[in-house]
Amino acid sequence: MNVEWSLFTPWSALAGGVLIGLAASLLILANGRIAGISGLLGGLLDGLFGGSARSGQEGRGEAALFLLGLLAAPLLWSLFAAVPESHFSGSPAMLIVAGLLVGLGTRYGSGCTSGHGVCGLSRLSPRSLVATLCFMGAGFVTVYVVRHLLGVAV
Amino acid sequence: MNKLTALLAGLLFGVGLILSGMTDPAKVLGFLDLTGAWDPSLALVMVGAIAAAMAPMALARRRSRAWLGGAMRLPTRRDLDRRLVGGSLVFGVGWGLAGICPGPALTLLPLGYWQGIVFVAAMVAGMLLFRVLQSRGGG
Repeated sequence: MNVEWSLFTPWSALAGGVLIGLAASLLILANGRIAGISGLLGGLLDGLFGGSARSGQEGRGEAALFLLGLLAAPLLWSLFAAVPESHFSGSPAMLIVAGLLVGLGTRYGSGCTSGHGVCGLSRLSPRSLVATLCFMGAGFVTVYVVRHLLGVAV
Repeated sequence: MNKLTALLAGLLFGVGLILSGMTDPAKVLGFLDLTGAWDPSLALVMVGAIAAAMAPMALARRRSRAWLGGAMRLPTRRDLDRRLVGGSLVFGVGWGLAGICPGPALTLLPLGYWQGIVFVAAMVAGMLLFRVLQSRGGG
């Protein structure tokens, strides 16, 4: 393992993480909801496309507003400073495959980085620990295969 | 009122994602690239988030209602099943391909990168595909 210290941004990472944790804390304490983005988005989609048993009317408005807040965050940020640039890799086809896998996988696995990784681990949930180990492990292996075995330059 | 706190929480969450570097897929992939030029920053995002949320989550568990009166909707399942493991593995492969997970995907959307738009469209399609497979009794 070869740590690239020039890329390491410990303070902004920690501070950003604390904000994420505080946001999840606010949503659970004030609203009684888990700040899991795939779950909230998936629940809204279930509601839009005809009710499954899980998609009650209850709480759909607050789920929508939480997601609206996520969308509005870069606009709020841009009032005070330039939003840091994002750098993408991969072809359109690769992005489509990746998006499909993320959408499908997070719904089957009942959560993503926020619901399992942040909320679940903070609650010491054994299901979320297993889920987090699985998606992190799969992420590490995927990047290894793409970058170092297939040699796709990104 | 509960809509206001939800909006605030979403805003705070999104600002945290931007500040932490999670909205830069190159940074996420740098964290997932253990054997390359490894950038450990995102481990600290998890540390910060979990440290901040741990006590509030414990407090939430002892309450039956939220501050604003709504039901406390905490997951109660503790069993491990194939869907949890399989779904999370599939998610991880997608995350490793693009360096984007659902939260940052949404926060990237208004920034207008075509890659973000394509990714979110595909992610929503994946979630709808899940619904179709579900209703056919698959999975």
